[in-house]
Amino acid sequence: MFKILRAEHLAENIVLMDVEAKRVAKACQPGQFIIVRLDEKGERIPLTIADYDREKGTVTIVFQPIGASTYQFANLKAGDSFMDFVGPLGRPSELTTDDLEEVKKKKILFVAGGVGTAPVYPQVKWLHEHGIDADVIVGAKTKSLIIMEDMMKEVAGNLYVTTDDGSYGRSGMVTKVIEDLVAEGKQYDLCVAIGPMIMMKFCCLTTKKLGIPTIVSMNPIMVDGTGMCGACRLTVGDEVKFACVDGPEFDGHKINFDEAMKRQAMYKTEEGRALLKFQEGDTHHGGCGHCGGDK
Amino acid sequence: MEGLKRVPVREQAPKVRAANFEEVCLGYNQEEAVEEAKRCLQCKKPLCVQGCPVAIDIPGFIGKVVEGDFAAAYQILSDSSSLPAVCGRVCPQESQCEGKCIRGKKGDPVSIGKLERFVADWAKENGIKPKKADKQNGKKVAVIGSGPAGLSCAGDLAKWGYDVTIFEALHEPGGVLTYGIPEFRLPKDAVVKPEVENVKSLGVKLETDVIIGKSVTIDELLDEEGFSAVFVGSGAGLPMFMGIPGENANGVFSANEYLTRSNLMKARLDDYATPMPVSKKAVIVGGGNVAMDAARTALRLGAESHIVYRRSEAELPARAEEVHHAKEEGVIFDLLTNPVEILTDDKGWVRGIRCIRMELGEPDASGRRRPVAIEGSEFEIEADAVIMSLGTSPNPLISSTTAGLDVNKRKCIVAEAETGKTSKEGVYAGGDAVTGAATVILAMEAGRAGAKGIHEFLSK
Ligand SMILES: Cc1cc2nc3c(=O)[nH]c(=O)nc-3n(C[C@H](O)[C@H](O)[C@H](O)COP(=O)(O)OP(=O)(O)OC[C@H]3O[C@@H](n4cnc5c(N)ncnc54)[C@H](O)[C@@H]3O)c2cc1C
Ligand SMILES: Cc1cc2nc3c(=O)[nH]c(=O)nc-3n(C[C@H](O)[C@H](O)[C@H](O)COP(=O)(O)OP(=O)(O)OC[C@H]3O[C@@H](n4cnc5c(N)ncnc54)[C@H](O)[C@@H]3O)c2cc1C
Ligand code: SF4
Ligand code: SF4
Ligand code: FES
Repeated sequence: MFKILRAEHLAENIVLMDVEAKRVAKACQPGQFIIVRLDEKGERIPLTIADYDREKGTVTIVFQPIGASTYQFANLKAGDSFMDFVGPLGRPSELTTDDLEEVKKKKILFVAGGVGTAPVYPQVKWLHEHGIDADVIVGAKTKSLIIMEDMMKEVAGNLYVTTDDGSYGRSGMVTKVIEDLVAEGKQYDLCVAIGPMIMMKFCCLTTKKLGIPTIVSMNPIMVDGTGMCGACRLTVGDEVKFACVDGPEFDGHKINFDEAMKRQAMYKTEEGRALLKFQEGDTHHGGCGHCGGDK
Repeated sequence: MEGLKRVPVREQAPKVRAANFEEVCLGYNQEEAVEEAKRCLQCKKPLCVQGCPVAIDIPGFIGKVVEGDFAAAYQILSDSSSLPAVCGRVCPQESQCEGKCIRGKKGDPVSIGKLERFVADWAKENGIKPKKADKQNGKKVAVIGSGPAGLSCAGDLAKWGYDVTIFEALHEPGGVLTYGIPEFRLPKDAVVKPEVENVKSLGVKLETDVIIGKSVTIDELLDEEGFSAVFVGSGAGLPMFMGIPGENANGVFSANEYLTRSNLMKARLDDYATPMPVSKKAVIVGGGNVAMDAARTALRLGAESHIVYRRSEAELPARAEEVHHAKEEGVIFDLLTNPVEILTDDKGWVRGIRCIRMELGEPDASGRRRPVAIEGSEFEIEADAVIMSLGTSPNPLISSTTAGLDVNKRKCIVAEAETGKTSKEGVYAGGDAVTGAATVILAMEAGRAGAKGIHEFLSK
């Protein structure tokens, strides 16, 4: 069993947890993910590592309740446990494994969309600890969905917050901010975009136009996370890759996003049913406000 | 002549079992087992033993069954096999022990597998457990993977007093026995779990959710965690795809994914959270045991189930019993047929599969006649699920994170057959990780060989 030491609702629909998982905490690197399973009947849910404390032996996850399983997770409190918590999975971000001197020469822009702020954080923090200040754009639909702003401010070079509805920070989608920053005279050698697939797709279209190489962190449907099932396969250039072992980070300009988004929606109706069953069978107290698991 | 026919084994009727996941074969009861055992001629030079990869004393254990001394029969099995309840069910007997049995020259061979299964099940029902070591020797050994190779290696080492820990990447132990082979052939609660419990009862520790090469490396186990030796039994879990257009469409699965959802994640049961694809017509590409398992699983989940295989029936690599069972249950075989493209609808879902007819040409390197496409014979099969069962290869996770561990060009770990010794000191390996996808009995045997190798190494 893997004990939850902290459970906090960061925003109306975003939850952060510190989970005790000594082996993962010892071995993990920014860019990697874990797979977590609630109980005997639970499914295996992949979540990116949002932070870790090697001394305490804890790993931080941040997630958005969108389906039956993540809603169940959102109801857990400090002191509760997950049955399984396995990792670290996937390859570390190349920024942390490439030659540091080379990385230092680059101007890097991170683009975080919604809950994607969480996986961006450990990378920016790692770079900061190694003397590199990266610029970060954090975007969300509206003010109440902006998370981890203070934490990010401490480790980012410049932090640009934006909301789609203009309720906070700059106004407009992250893609607009990328264009604005470049128009304002900023130059970037590398962009790392993490968030919903649709957001990563449009970031890539933008950065391609601007000639900025871009890394994305793909989140397809997964089962084992070790290369055994192939559920997570993606088309990258003209090759088929397994996101769990070859990724999750890839050259965003080579990803076939349309295929990836279709694959991600594979269980939509079925999962919608599972969510309904879960919500009807249980008093729903996630406080999420919108129960359209089928969004 | 008397005794030409084997005592028939009771099975669930095909129509009934095609709609449930209960075990197909019900096995012999005591009277039936004794009667079948009596058919054994107790050969002086038993050919059957030559056919068994672990050379079980077959006439020996069958003789004890005739006497009704099942405990003694179990002892004889245990001397050569640590998983008789499993092997009795899944060994390809027709090409191994039973394929050689002299009785088979004229009439049916003795049902060695069914007798082995009977004895092992009897032992379990009667609470016979392997004996724990009297004394611990204090030496720690790590075993990677809890499939047949890892379980048997761990079991032997524990019996000799070693302090053994098995590390398993998944949340359940058992390897393919748990995630791959379906319930209706190998019941999990009744057969696989008790085998794992037996190994644990010897004092073996089991840490699930640990991926060697990711959570911790082999070098860390040896240098930091105090293990004196490591056995790698990590299997051959990477699925292959054909590389044809449309293969990433929704509704195209590897057999590993399909079977893992059904078996390990229990997605076929309503109260488990993992979703299972619902399909009306499933096409399974391939002709091995894995393909049969996927086809029969799809059938049980309500689909019309087709096997598409590019050679003819004679070349089907699956066990004869599985092919026979699949046909009885209603799986349709489209032989000498090869997929060339997967067809999709505008939402990205599979709607069919374009195939080409094949004919058999000259024998190839494997001695089997090579299938050649018949030009202009392309046709379409409608389908809403396609399950690729084309074989698997070893996962490079361990080899790529362990300096000094040699692999061959198929990514299989290079190890000596008799001892499991690899190119890296203190590291032993066996099972599918070394041979590529093979059989349970060979993996089990390799696990035992590895245990011997490690024992010699640590006794020096
Ligand atoms: C490597 C990786 C890292 C991830 N990191 C995070 C993270 O840090 N925080 C976080 O909130 N989420 C993350 N995800 C996504 C997360 O795994 C899914 O949100 C989760 O599996 C949904 O499970 P569920 O049962 O609650 O919802 P489901 O009922 O399974 O799904 C609800 C809806 O979401 C869609 N869906 C299913 N799987 C995914 C998926 N993998 N991604 C997006 N939509 C999906 C379904 O089509 C359905 O419409 C990550 C995914 C991967 C593969
Ligand atoms: C569907 C199917 C049907 C089959 N039917 C038959 C049959 O009827 N008869 C027969 O004889 N054989 C059959 N086989 C083949 C047989 O199951 C295998 O040959 C046998 O299980 C191999 O045993 P193993 O111990 O080497 O590996 P596996 O059984 O594959 O076990 C390996 C274990 O190691 C774990 N592992 C892998 N990497 C790591 C890591 N890095 N860290 C920790 N753990 C790790 C895996 O999760 C797995 O649990 C079938 C195989 C399949 C897939
Ligand atoms: S282990 Fe397999 S091959 Fe050997 S006797 Fe038993 S069933 Fe036959
Ligand atoms: S070959 Fe057949 S008849 Fe002879 S000992 Fe073996 S099982 Fe008995
Ligand atoms: S999740 Fe199974 S291979 Fe990637």
